[in-house]
Amino acid sequence: MSAVALQLTRLLSNPPTAPEVKDWTAILSCARAESLAGTLAFRLQGQPLPVEVERLMEDARRASLTVHTEALWEAEMARRALAPFAIPVILLKGTAYAAAGLDAAQGRSIGDLDILVPRTALPKVEQALLAGGWEWVKEDAYDDAYYRQWMHELPPLIHRARDKMIDVHHTILPLTARPTPDAQALIADSIPLEGGLRILAPADMVIHAAAHLFADGDLAGGLRNLWDIDRLLRQFAAADAGFWQALHARAKRHTLLPAVHRAGRLANDLYGTPVPESWRVWDSADPLFKARLLARDGWGRATRRALRFGFYVRSHALRMPLPMLARHLWTKARR
Amino acid sequence: MRHQLRLQVGPVAFRIGSEWARPIAQLRRLYAGYPEPEGACDFTVRLEAETPWWRFVRPSVAIRGDYVLPDAAPLPLVLGLLAAEMGMNLQMALGQRRFLLLHAGAVERDGRALLLTGESGAGKSTLSALLGERGWRFMGDEFALLDLDDGRLHPFPRAVSLKNEAAELFAGMAPDRFGPVLEGTPKGRIRHLRPNAAAIAAMAEPAVPALILFPRFGAGLAAAVRPVGAAELFMRLTQASTNYVALGPRGFDSLLRLCRDTPAKAIDYASSEEAVALVEQLWEAGR
Repeated sequence: MSAVALQLTRLLSNPPTAPEVKDWTAILSCARAESLAGTLAFRLQGQPLPVEVERLMEDARRASLTVHTEALWEAEMARRALAPFAIPVILLKGTAYAAAGLDAAQGRSIGDLDILVPRTALPKVEQALLAGGWEWVKEDAYDDAYYRQWMHELPPLIHRARDKMIDVHHTILPLTARPTPDAQALIADSIPLEGGLRILAPADMVIHAAAHLFADGDLAGGLRNLWDIDRLLRQFAAADAGFWQALHARAKRHTLLPAVHRAGRLANDLYGTPVPESWRVWDSADPLFKARLLARDGWGRATRRALRFGFYVRSHALRMPLPMLARHLWTKARR
Repeated sequence: MRHQLRLQVGPVAFRIGSEWARPIAQLRRLYAGYPEPEGACDFTVRLEAETPWWRFVRPSVAIRGDYVLPDAAPLPLVLGLLAAEMGMNLQMALGQRRFLLLHAGAVERDGRALLLTGESGAGKSTLSALLGERGWRFMGDEFALLDLDDGRLHPFPRAVSLKNEAAELFAGMAPDRFGPVLEGTPKGRIRHLRPNAAAIAAMAEPAVPALILFPRFGAGLAAAVRPVGAAELFMRLTQASTNYVALGPRGFDSLLRLCRDTPAKAIDYASSEEAVALVEQLWEAGR
């Protein structure tokens, strides 16, 4: 477990600990590697910092604002391309947080544009995006077929002039995963923003973040994703006294209660997120998840190789049953 | 990491870590006399084995750090010094947000700066180093750092990268200023030259941009000077900048100011003597 990564999580949740930092270079490299540099910079605003650190934080805040402007513009470009169909277009992840002005957006890195649309609308959406200047990133017949048959999103598209990727989702987990989220409910209960785009309802937003982190993938970038969950939980719980109950019921409906509970426990552990007492139970796997989340040293290097590999294997096991995985790897290896 | 060095170059502080001793020892020698950063470093560069087991088969240096190019090819271990130099360039190109970064050489006289920019191989590196030994203060041969607030140019006096025959032009310099000869690099034979003591001593002093030149070197070229209009200048400098787009409106504003306030010319030359004479002539005419 990395002391630097742990100190980074403490700085984020408790900025007044800034004067305890001895090696800012290490914190900075760790934060950059975890895509948390912008978030850290906003969290430390107003804290007493060494002059050169303050300057770097100011750079990071400015860089983050530019990135958000670009992300919102990209969302607007997608909105315009899809406007003729009158279908709901729901922003996901970073762009959604930024568009809705949520606390989770502050300083957050935003890469690709992620949107959710009804599965029945996919053919239209795909055609409209291709006509609007997006093109396929990979032109491989197997990958393409795999995405279309088993994944929760179209193969990634990239805009040829703006060089920005878009991931078009029709649900929030691969179809091969064991949990079966109710995509129709996600769309039906989504919330309109000014301008015509939509975001997920609060509980669904948390559930998506938790599903992405703990029920899919290998936890790469996990500290950032867990920070999202911390911010969302704090903000939604403060705004609505019934939020925890609504979250519980909703997570159950999406068959994602275990992922949401784990997200709550680990956010509470690493970021001090206030979660209901009944959520704070002991789980034998949590220490492994925690160690994986903190597997980053002060040079920005990935540590805990064996543990990382274990989670990488797990990500495939989550995604598909063993015979299917074998076939998949065989096909990939032969080309 | 096992071996490391902290290095201040102009307004930028680097931390360079390596799994091998030699690249760090070579860097330390090449950058002898440079100040050590007082506080936190802006960027971290890591020189590490491509994969942990591969290092025993054929040691090659992967260039990593705070900012990485996913498909950057590793270099053989004998080119470790070059890997460190490329690593520092990469951090600047991908991560620098405090200055508008122009791919240009720069020299200074009387508090005023001359910028030398243009395509790779045009001679800007050699020419800025040469002027640095002939009465100008050398500010850098790779990146010029334009201050986004006041429009001044900050020095970034890294070791000069002399390619192929260019090293011969500096044969008279003190031998301890040279790095090792690096054969078989992607750009041919490279030898680094430490800037002179005056350039290192003044690395914290910015200068006001006064003239921009686009040099073009060609053995058969007749010496010539052509004007460069403000619009062409702007377009060419957006291409010469690695972070113009990422800086958003602030990048646009500061580049616009530079192009409005600074005259620009393109010059052709066939020898370095010719180039130095042309530069002096244009500089005098602009005073």
